[in-house]
Amino acid sequence: MTAPVVELDRVTRRYGEVVALDDVSLSVGEGELVGLLGPNGAGKSTLLSLVNGVRRPDAGTVRLMGRDPREPAARAGLGTTPQETGLPATLRVGEVVDLVAGHYADPMPRGEVLERFGLGDLARRQTGGLSGGQRRRLAVALSLVGRPRVVLLDEPTTGLDVDARHTLWDALRDYQSGGATVIVTSHYLEEIEALARRVVVVGSGRVLADDDLPAVLAMAAARRVLVEVPESEEARLHALPGVLDVRREGRRTVLLAPDADAVVRALVRDDVPFRDLEVRGASLEEAFLALTSGTPGAPAASGAPGAAPTPATTDGEPR
Amino acid sequence: MTAATPSAPATRAAGTRSWLALALLHTRFQLLESVRVPIAVIGNLLFPSLALLFFVVPQPAVAEHPLASVAAVAQLGTFAVMSACLFTLGAGVSEDRQLAFDPYVRTLPAGAGPRLAGRVVNAIVFCLGAQVPVVLIAVLLTAASTSPARFLGGIAMVPVVAVPFTLLGLAIGYAMSAKAAIAVVQAVLFPLAFAGGLFLPPEAFPSWLDALSQALPSRAARDLVVQVTTGIEGSAWALPVLLAWTALFAALAVLAYRRDEGRRFR
Repeated sequence: MTAPVVELDRVTRRYGEVVALDDVSLSVGEGELVGLLGPNGAGKSTLLSLVNGVRRPDAGTVRLMGRDPREPAARAGLGTTPQETGLPATLRVGEVVDLVAGHYADPMPRGEVLERFGLGDLARRQTGGLSGGQRRRLAVALSLVGRPRVVLLDEPTTGLDVDARHTLWDALRDYQSGGATVIVTSHYLEEIEALARRVVVVGSGRVLADDDLPAVLAMAAARRVLVEVPESEEARLHALPGVLDVRREGRRTVLLAPDADAVVRALVRDDVPFRDLEVRGASLEEAFLALTSGTPGAPAASGAPGAAPTPATTDGEPR
Repeated sequence: MTAATPSAPATRAAGTRSWLALALLHTRFQLLESVRVPIAVIGNLLFPSLALLFFVVPQPAVAEHPLASVAAVAQLGTFAVMSACLFTLGAGVSEDRQLAFDPYVRTLPAGAGPRLAGRVVNAIVFCLGAQVPVVLIAVLLTAASTSPARFLGGIAMVPVVAVPFTLLGLAIGYAMSAKAAIAVVQAVLFPLAFAGGLFLPPEAFPSWLDALSQALPSRAARDLVVQVTTGIEGSAWALPVLLAWTALFAALAVLAYRRDEGRRFR
């Protein structure tokens, strides 16, 4: 592989007492399509803000095309998205595109950008008068205006309906096929599937998993099996086939496993004296915390109130 | 559509555009945004003109005296510059920083310089614009008269006086949230203007206030403008005092910009 275009080396970033990124290292090569997956507050946006030069790390180094991203020259080949709510309301769509294009040596013509994202007839509309979906499309369009080699997309299609989402993904894939490096954050598994080949799972400020898409999808399919068993019986649960992790949550014990049916069959077959059985989808965070931490104690504590909604598997499209 | 893609990440010299091109770009869009909210422009023009109309024009002692009128106009013109700089930059910058678009613009391949240049040029255009009604009222309703050279000198002083207050405005804008910035701008602007002799001439001050006043940037700016427009010799301290404040405000502005990382969450 050639020299990495994005590189984080042992990066830590705090906001006061809160550690947003904790000793993170990550290297992305030319042409890679990387998905950053994780719940809100996991550190994804902080990671992007270090790569795009808005924030600086408290410790460690960040490199973009081999330079400090706080230097403008490092960002000459970078494209990012604004949050769609933050577009300057009084400027027209075409003007915002011109403002961004004016920063790059060889930008796409305004008409081409707007056409790619179906905004052609809105060029003269003030951004304040756009619908949410149109703003979202404009925001993503802005990331490509400068024909960047590296594109950072922060939750590119959050809040869009299915059709609009697919249109946007098509436009992004079309651009990717030209060889650009893309880093996309999302808490929707489906979005990551559509845009990424490699997946980096971030939780509580750390990289929990970094693998190719199929491997991560397999991990994400884990289920939580909740049962109440006498304390003396708990040791037997560890021995059940296919159980990845065993953890206590209040009076019940939680088993994490890729195949919940097999676990339930084994519970019955082995005559484990359980009651109050329940099977739930595991959130990605839970799945990855269990898989990557040998000791379910410390890091699990933050994700432990696991009855909370499970973003990836419940909010996202069912797979 | 697909025909255009191969050119996308083509190998080309990864360089930023020239400083001047970027500064012009930001100036253009700053002006465009200002003009789209006309009330901001009008409000800015209004106060110094009203002050002239209500406090100077009805006083025959000033309004019928050519030099006194010019001095009064110079004072309010200086106030217009201070006010435009502090409001468009102090309040404007802090408001922009709270929009999600600001951190986005910081990710574009341009440094702080061109953006700041755009803001400063925008503020100076505002300052010059604010002189128009003041001068019109002075010409139509007072006995103010001065030589063309002195008049042009007065106009040339606008960007000079604007520099320190631009820097102060930037320091406030980058150091504070929008709500705090507006309060601070008002708390700084009016006392400075009053104690600097922009509303009442310093000749009307008690001696202690006059002495204190000499150390203020507003007084120094006012003295310079009055000297240029009336030709009456003033304090020799005005220029060094103004330069010292300019250096201090520049340091504060740079510090505030460096520390800023957009909105802060705790």
